[in-house]
Amino acid sequence: MEKFGYAQSQKFDTYASRLMPREEYFTSGHRSCQGCGEALAVRWVCKAIGKDAIIAHATGCMEIVSSGWPQTAWMHPWLHVAFENTSAVASGIESALKILERKGKLTGPKPKVVAMGGDGGTTDIGLQSLSGAMERGHNFTYVCWDNEAYMNTGIQRSSSTPYGAMTTTSPPGKMSIGQHTQKKNMVAIAVAHGIPYVATASPSYMFDLYFKVRKALETPGPAYIHVLSVCPTGWRSATELSVRLGRYAVETGVFPLFEVENGKYRMTVEPPKLRPVQDYLKPQGRFRHLRDKERAHIQKYTLAQYQLLLDKCGAAYPEFPVLTEETEEETE
Amino acid sequence: MSSKPMDQVTWQEIEVGAVLTEPGSARAYNTGDWRSQHPVWTKSRCIRCGVCWTVCPEAGISEEPGGYFDMNMYCKGCGICAKECVTGCISMVPEEE
Amino acid sequence: MAHRVGMEVSIAVSHAVQMSRAEAIAAYPITPQTHIVEHLSSMVANGELDAEFVNVESEHSAISTCIGMSATGARTYTATSSQGLALMNEILFIASALRLPIVMTVANRALSGPLSIWNDHGDIMAARDIGWIQIFVENGQESFDHSVMAFKIAENHKVLLPTIINLDGFILSHVVEAMEFPEQELVDKFLPPYHPRFSLDPKNPVTMGAFAMPEVYTEVKMGHQMALTGSYDHILSVWKEWGDLTGRHYKPVEKYKTDGAKILLLTMGCLSEVAEVAVDEMRDAGLEVGLLKLRMWRPFPFADLRKAVEGAELLIVCDRALSLGGAAPPVLAEVRSAFYEMPNRPRTASFVIGLGGRDIPPGVFKDIVAQAQAEAQTGPTEEYHIFGVRG
Repeated sequence: MEKFGYAQSQKFDTYASRLMPREEYFTSGHRSCQGCGEALAVRWVCKAIGKDAIIAHATGCMEIVSSGWPQTAWMHPWLHVAFENTSAVASGIESALKILERKGKLTGPKPKVVAMGGDGGTTDIGLQSLSGAMERGHNFTYVCWDNEAYMNTGIQRSSSTPYGAMTTTSPPGKMSIGQHTQKKNMVAIAVAHGIPYVATASPSYMFDLYFKVRKALETPGPAYIHVLSVCPTGWRSATELSVRLGRYAVETGVFPLFEVENGKYRMTVEPPKLRPVQDYLKPQGRFRHLRDKERAHIQKYTLAQYQLLLDKCGAAYPEFPVLTEETEEETE
Repeated sequence: MSSKPMDQVTWQEIEVGAVLTEPGSARAYNTGDWRSQHPVWTKSRCIRCGVCWTVCPEAGISEEPGGYFDMNMYCKGCGICAKECVTGCISMVPEEE
Repeated sequence: MAHRVGMEVSIAVSHAVQMSRAEAIAAYPITPQTHIVEHLSSMVANGELDAEFVNVESEHSAISTCIGMSATGARTYTATSSQGLALMNEILFIASALRLPIVMTVANRALSGPLSIWNDHGDIMAARDIGWIQIFVENGQESFDHSVMAFKIAENHKVLLPTIINLDGFILSHVVEAMEFPEQELVDKFLPPYHPRFSLDPKNPVTMGAFAMPEVYTEVKMGHQMALTGSYDHILSVWKEWGDLTGRHYKPVEKYKTDGAKILLLTMGCLSEVAEVAVDEMRDAGLEVGLLKLRMWRPFPFADLRKAVEGAELLIVCDRALSLGGAAPPVLAEVRSAFYEMPNRPRTASFVIGLGGRDIPPGVFKDIVAQAQAEAQTGPTEEYHIFGVRG
């Protein structure tokens, strides 16, 4: 157990939790797996969104667990159409709101428009419609739930699956180490569209996530938030570790938390000392097959990427773990 | 929305476009049935900070009178609250048959 | 007062959309639909149409954006053709299942491959079962009239179905015709503003697009089927209302010189006008030939069609699309199954004509009738004929 680690890691007082809004917009009774980091992320993103918003959701885990007729876990007006088009659907909602407002047909405040999709629906099949919507400059926020594979269909690899991970379609074997490509850098792709706000977030850093969503919604034009969502089912990790693993992802530098406002990069969570990636890899069964060689490669790659990012942010380097062939055991 | 079991609903009873008009109606589904363990709070060590409430994917923890927290009927028993509890006052206890 | 105009049919369609006060348009350019969306773009740019026009990055996104627009409560329009319709395919089914009254013009064009930008009905026939209302038009005036009427039909709360107006690419979309345009006041009176049954509104939040378990999927589809078959009466009442206002009346199956006809041709779209010329000439030559023009394709007008063929001995169905390896080309397959239980049904003959823009002068219909008559004695040489194919 980490004494007060939860609040400290977020630069907030422990009691700040009590100040967060109590209204639930993604309600109980949804059918996500036990310990679903993605459902936790949805719950908090929806709280940050508040009441006056319309949500378009792509097909995927969060759609399936929340909207089986005749029950819905959504308190927002919510529309699911298909897997690959949720940004286009959101574009339509946003455009319709404009004309309805112009014609005086909106009676309340103009709702915010939010599109949501998993990593498959965002980085693979939905990339074209997302790119189109970002290019056209619609005033909407896109939130990607990244659990790093097609979990809903049974843990198949996506372009967001990290190097070395075992999935049902990137199985390790005599001829393979598992996923042999590096995770697609979706955040950089969003930044390359020149949109005003891009950020990474994690439900393990609730306040960071909450205020990023608020900022994204208040930014005119497209905003993109990439949320790492721990998936105990697909990552083969213990259900109670979902928040912890999200924190290790940040503390190892695997998934840094930062934001890019009008092209300007800024770290939002800066661990003074990075943990070895082994702390993050070891509790996950999807990396169990990896040999020291691959683990060392992941460690090296992670640090190189992290330094590139810090350089973009103009941030000071933290204390890095010592690179050895045998990386350290979990330091907890 | 019809309160009938799904396999007795007729086509005439389904809303145009199968639209669902009652937001949050999933609350009628008791996910607590899934759990094999549940959290128990040791009140003497609880500082009532609410971290357990924030980390629950189910909104399965509610504040009780007096500012303490407890699980509600939706708790699936994942154990995140016990793992993240600031003082370690939550322990996971197996469900009894 | 209505006024006479002469203009390209595509432009007339864009005027119909303008006069219908469409509020939201999403489209992707594809030949031969382009003139419609170009003119709508300039109307929006010039402030002649107060609408949001979204230039999407694909047809798949065009129809998806239209779903978002319509679900939010805006009167929504799009247009496409051929490959574009095929790319939309997945989402077309969802638009109708969500019961969103989107109106779409399809400038009918052949499907690749090989690539062909020219006219036939292969695109829409591949999308027969998308659950939309589907109407075929014959000339510029019909293109205008049906584009306006489509909004009124689609938006009726007892219908709430997206609607396609099929008009033949190039041979109709790009020709200049004389038409009569009604006054804006007449259109406004005929077509009141759109009031959605459900819309995405935080004051009254709904979930659209819930998934269905096996226990209930069939019931949801039954509701869709009943809405589509039930739309027939509403379509006819809208057509009647328009007819009373403008003097232009429309029927699901139009007849031309069918009195006493032993042989009937059946066509769809603008080739019907060519067929009329052929029928005139054959009638002059003493042949008892008439013409049926199938205007309403979905819902399929079974009763009208059965009644229309009473007394005929031979019905020659002219398809503009293939069903490769299938029992019959699409229109014939449906027409024949509509007749199967009729006691005195006519014999059918099948000719596929005009694929990929192949020209169809009136003589083709005369040749078809002659061949069908000959085969009525000897029996057909093939299940169906691809007319005029070489080799």
